[in-house]
Amino acid sequence: MEDAKIIPGVERQLKNHTNLRVTLSNSWTMAYRGLLKLRRNPEQLFDVTFQPLIFTLMFTYIFGGAIAGNVHNYLPIIIPGILIQTVITTSVVTGVQLREDMDKGVFNRFRSLPIARISPLSGALLADMVRYAIASVLTFSTGYAMGYRPSSGVAGMLLSSLLVIAFSWCVSWIFAFFGVISRTASSVQGTSLMILFPLTFLSNAFVPTNTLPGWLQTFVNINPISHLVNAVRQLTNHGVIGHDFWLTLVGGLIIVALFAPLTVRMYMRKA
Amino acid sequence: MIVPNSVKENMIKQENTPLAVEATQLMKVFGDNRAVDGVDLYVPTGMIYGVLGPNGAGKTTTINMLATLLRPDGGSAKIFGHDVEKEPQVVRQLIGVTGQYASVDETLSATENLIIFGRLLGLNRNEARRKAAVLLDEFGLTEAAKRPLSKFSGGMRRRLDLAASLIAQPPLIFLDEPTTGLDPRTRTQMWDTIRRLVKNGSTILLTTQYLDEADQLADRIAVIDHGKVVAEGTPGELKTTVGNATLQLRLANTKDATNAAKIIQNSLGVTPQSVEAAFITAPMADPDAITDLLIALRGANIQLTEVSVQKPTLDEVFLTLTGNPAVEKGAK
Repeated sequence: MEDAKIIPGVERQLKNHTNLRVTLSNSWTMAYRGLLKLRRNPEQLFDVTFQPLIFTLMFTYIFGGAIAGNVHNYLPIIIPGILIQTVITTSVVTGVQLREDMDKGVFNRFRSLPIARISPLSGALLADMVRYAIASVLTFSTGYAMGYRPSSGVAGMLLSSLLVIAFSWCVSWIFAFFGVISRTASSVQGTSLMILFPLTFLSNAFVPTNTLPGWLQTFVNINPISHLVNAVRQLTNHGVIGHDFWLTLVGGLIIVALFAPLTVRMYMRKA
Repeated sequence: MIVPNSVKENMIKQENTPLAVEATQLMKVFGDNRAVDGVDLYVPTGMIYGVLGPNGAGKTTTINMLATLLRPDGGSAKIFGHDVEKEPQVVRQLIGVTGQYASVDETLSATENLIIFGRLLGLNRNEARRKAAVLLDEFGLTEAAKRPLSKFSGGMRRRLDLAASLIAQPPLIFLDEPTTGLDPRTRTQMWDTIRRLVKNGSTILLTTQYLDEADQLADRIAVIDHGKVVAEGTPGELKTTVGNATLQLRLANTKDATNAAKIIQNSLGVTPQSVEAAFITAPMADPDAITDLLIALRGANIQLTEVSVQKPTLDEVFLTLTGNPAVEKGAK
């Protein structure tokens, strides 16, 4: 044992709350933990590495001719769509992994430590942004390899990526919520996909909206994903920050405003 | 069954040192199973306190409530005077918890685990790294430090788990069945570690289902069964509560047996039993009466080759106190 004698419990001056600095520091450490785990388990990166490659190739060659006449003309339409679909899909993993983590023994230790209660959750959400970044880079790279040359260049792609990462972070609160309330990791996956598919496919990500029946158009037009897709297309193809950019941010913030308190509340009850 | 009404008074009177744990009528109900059904625990600072009980007796549930992992459904508990429900975050700064199942990250290495816990406890990067190295060295894990935990043996995992609980040098350490599933050698190592911790000023509350472990380590023991404390005291006290010690005499000459039996009957007022002709045993209620007996035996010129006192073992204590199997209630 170390030489230092242990300070008796009754002689310690202690506080019963954690301040913001500690909360941020704890979240940061938890995010670091998430990244370490990612490095130890690279197969966790399969979805963010292969999905961008496969989806981009697949969708572009399948729909290219039908929708835009040829593959090259389809790229400016499909790449933003694939980017968003891939990154948002990646955010489902947040909830699944959170559930798995909460079922593990190490979570009991976190709960017995004098740390900010929220930090395992906030850390996980923070670490997953790295996954979104990887997916973004890979999608744009695949597109580039296929001949995608957006007019606004790297700056547009960079800003688009940041927007998509930020929005996915907002959406990941939905999946974190399912992660917190579900009993098993597989049920998190199931519920999340039921939310994910309508959200991403019932949008303008892959097809022009005017080919859809009227009632569907109504949904597609209010779907925040559609605004995100528009915002990214405007950014990459025209170098413009349009009003869809701001609508997307507002949409994301609404999701956070709805789901963050719910998730945190349910999480605190269990954690 | 012995129900100690005077347990509380005894314990509080006995020690002037502040209490590390003070739990009164602690209660936890899962469905219709009263897992913990009014447990009183008073653990003075600076000792190893054993909570002994069969599987499903409510030991882990009790620890989880004391460690702020579970909310009690009734009663109250204080750690160094801080209420576990009102000041959980203060309590967490005073305790280290080593659970029954290794509460470390399986995918990470031992060093990474300790560094992360150190960082969470407010150490900076260098301090956390240094602390991790020191602890790994102390627990003989330096060689395995970089391996992922999935390659660790049960004993190594337990040691790492305990090391992780010591990063903040907490004055109170909860050990939930620290040696369950360990081989005898590793078990002894764990016992040594636990004893060293107490020397440095920690208080330890450990649960166990092994009597010899409680006997070896604990200064005081609470026996729990069906969510209730059924006995409390030092290992010695517990043994005497079960019953009397047994006096064992071996005679030099077998022919003295009848005479010796008569003298025992007169001196102790009990009927002795002969296991074999020259070997006599008798329940010993009052040690002082033994002096009379021995003088009387000398007076009758009866020679003895062996005199011994057999104290009841903790096994007997345990069986007497927890006579009904714990599974009876369907407790899990």
